[in-house]
Amino acid sequence: MPHHLRTLAQVSGEVRLAVEDPVTLTRVLNALEARYPVLRGAIRDHDTLKRRPFLRFFVCAEDWSHLSPETPLPEAILSGREPLMIVGAIAGG
Amino acid sequence: MSKVRVLAGTRKGAFILTADGKRDNWNVSGPFFAGWEVYHMKGSPVNPDRIYVSQTSGWFGQIIQRSDDGGRTWHAPGGGQQKSPQGWPMGESNRFVYDSAAAPLTTHQWYDGTQHPWEFKRVWHLEPSLTDAEAVYAGVEDAAIFHSKDGAHSWQELPGLRGHGTGPKWQPGAGGMCLHTIVLDPDDPQRIYIAISAAGAFRSDDGGKSWKPINKGLRSQFLPDQDAEIGHCVHHIAMSPRKPGVLFMQKHWDVMRSDDAGDNWREVSGNLPTDFGFAIDVHAHEPETIYVAPIKSDSEHYPLDGKLQVWRSKTGGNEWEAMTKGLPQANCYVNVLRDAMCVDQLDDCGIYFGTTGGQVYCSPDAGNTWKPIVRDLPAVLSVEVQTLP
Repeated sequence: MPHHLRTLAQVSGEVRLAVEDPVTLTRVLNALEARYPVLRGAIRDHDTLKRRPFLRFFVCAEDWSHLSPETPLPEAILSGREPLMIVGAIAGG
Repeated sequence: MSKVRVLAGTRKGAFILTADGKRDNWNVSGPFFAGWEVYHMKGSPVNPDRIYVSQTSGWFGQIIQRSDDGGRTWHAPGGGQQKSPQGWPMGESNRFVYDSAAAPLTTHQWYDGTQHPWEFKRVWHLEPSLTDAEAVYAGVEDAAIFHSKDGAHSWQELPGLRGHGTGPKWQPGAGGMCLHTIVLDPDDPQRIYIAISAAGAFRSDDGGKSWKPINKGLRSQFLPDQDAEIGHCVHHIAMSPRKPGVLFMQKHWDVMRSDDAGDNWREVSGNLPTDFGFAIDVHAHEPETIYVAPIKSDSEHYPLDGKLQVWRSKTGGNEWEAMTKGLPQANCYVNVLRDAMCVDQLDDCGIYFGTTGGQVYCSPDAGNTWKPIVRDLPAVLSVEVQTLP
């Protein structure tokens, strides 16, 4: 997660989450927000669950920001071998 | 001996500046919420150790922070682990959702005159209740007013304002379509004033259920109808608690005054070198003594001739004097934003203001002399002061 989200959640590095099958981006974010409710609204809209425009999701070095959040995540993410990355867009010069 | 605590919100975090009643030697703490924009922070008049903060970011949205110990520690109320009635974890503190059931979401006027959907962006101003430390109002962009009765855990819109019916005529100012000013009447808990750029000023006499525009007497050259009921770019409104019916306004251009709770306004710019500006405030003990920070123009947001000046009127407007002793009088090209001026309650009434150049100035003698408390903060968005025993 970006620095500011880690600060909000009061975590220092990667976050490991237990997520039920089928593991999708939506389910991972649900689990993340359930553990750290202060992040609700900071990654996606409270009610529409739409991704905030300046945030992107990367899965195994691929941009998943525009894929359906219901797409099952690959084994490398499920096993913890690769991280699901929430990345702040570079903006502002 | 009394103390003062100055709350400065900046582009890159919050700072707390404290001093004793002499206001000479200052202690600076911060940055809090480092790297975030802090549009406003304000303490409860009921419990000064209760401080509310609007922390915001274009990346991560809106966070409300709260301190219960005068700024030593902070938390996002409602942001911790909680269970919903259904048993699911929930977090509510940062949830500002327009009440579209009570007032359907309409469109407002965009810069080019077309209609644009209403979208929540950030909280510009937090106004704690005068009687209940758990109650606080929030003025937001796109313009609406929200209320929390549980210490900022949860927020509900007061939909009568946005549902006033004139919404399609409201339009954003350069900073966005923001509700930036909330003034509570100490004599009448049902009376609330708000101001929106660029819709104008509104008043509620029933605790926020219904609202009426109070813009009679305002003239705005950029409007097709210069005397229109709606569409004026009001920058800030100030009121002395000693004379709640009297309001002072810094408009886009023009300094205005109302003696009848906003029903009618008259211009009191008088001999000001320019009547453009953002900030305005009233002396704590002299309700006819007011302060503005004139800015050159709407195209050039800095002081005239590079000289930073606060102008004071002791006659409720029209007759003004420049208060410059201790302020830079050459090569100064900063701005003073609308929420970045305030007054303390000490006998000699300290005046404070912050600049987009990162300075926070204090005058411990009602404007006669000035000293910088700090010189090199990030751009200052807001300054509030608490007078403590």
